[in-house]
Amino acid sequence: MFKFTELLIPIFIGLIVLYGLLHKVNVFDEFIEGAKENLSVGIGILPSLIAMITAIGMFKASGGMEMIAALLKPLTDFLGFPSECLPLAVMRPVSGSGALAVYETILESVHPDSFAGRVASVILGSTETTFYTLAVYYGATNVKNTRHSLVSSLTADFAGFIFSALTVRLIMR
Amino acid sequence: MMNVIFTVMILFSVACGIVTGKSAEVSDAAINSCVEAVELFLYLIGGMCMWGGLMKVAEESHLTDKLAAAFRPFAKLIFKDLDLNGKAFHAICLNVTANMLGLGNAATPLGIEAMKALETEENANGTATRNMIVFSVLNTASITLLPTTAASLRSKHGSAAPMEIFPCVIITSVIALAAGLISAITLDGISGLTHKKSERKSPDV
Repeated sequence: MFKFTELLIPIFIGLIVLYGLLHKVNVFDEFIEGAKENLSVGIGILPSLIAMITAIGMFKASGGMEMIAALLKPLTDFLGFPSECLPLAVMRPVSGSGALAVYETILESVHPDSFAGRVASVILGSTETTFYTLAVYYGATNVKNTRHSLVSSLTADFAGFIFSALTVRLIMR
Repeated sequence: MMNVIFTVMILFSVACGIVTGKSAEVSDAAINSCVEAVELFLYLIGGMCMWGGLMKVAEESHLTDKLAAAFRPFAKLIFKDLDLNGKAFHAICLNVTANMLGLGNAATPLGIEAMKALETEENANGTATRNMIVFSVLNTASITLLPTTAASLRSKHGSAAPMEIFPCVIITSVIALAAGLISAITLDGISGLTHKKSERKSPDV
């Protein structure tokens, strides 16, 4: 299974190039054209990327994460969510590398095959870094008003947290 | 919206840092995070150009048309009035494919491309359209078929069966995505209704 995943990217790229070649596309010229287009898009993102990454970094350092986790504890206890996984749930939408670091610390304190260890693993596997994704995607556009993008994305994350505990409880005994 | 999120995060962090006595860490983070952002940019820009180039090749060879055809039924279900022959839909198809294969580094540049194309095709004018919101939810709750990162860390920490989380991950991902999409589509419907009401009211008065 791990061998298969190693092959994915090379096959994906090879297939695109081979398909282009078979359909008589100037593969190199078109590649350069596409790369050029995205270079200017990328430079456009940089300012908003700096703004959001700085805000996220300050938030992580301020201890606000732990504070929110403490506030949420009564609610998650009620929903049967393991308290060991709370810091992960708070970190997950904010930072991918941060979530990975929190996940590591959880696995150091509880066994990966324990209830909390399994729930943490399912959370990591089934959710994404919401704030980062929204910052990068909307940063590339001129959109100022993202409407309910954040609320809906966080709804998905929240459902993911609740159901990671529920599925582990029901499926893995 | 971004104005509010940015301001709240900064002010909350400053206040929180003072309360928890972590002001030194907060000031370090402020100074270092902007550098991190540029590093992230350098990391992203290479991928964006590489995948942007490949996307162009796929487009010229009409490979994206084939892929788009396969995704059409699903797209019709969640997107509304989207041009199924347009550039945005092609980029969305490639982005979803990359996400499902767990190719996060490929998915991001393709997603950015899709977002830009959606903005142009739908005349967004500074406000996110329904399809843009649906697409952003699709990516923040993306379905990864193989949870390889979690699995490798589990085996590192002595799990007896690192991949046993697989069924739970799939079920949870699907439910989370569904919850996000339902929320995105209903909230759009609600805001559309109130908008229409206010429009209708004006001639009566």
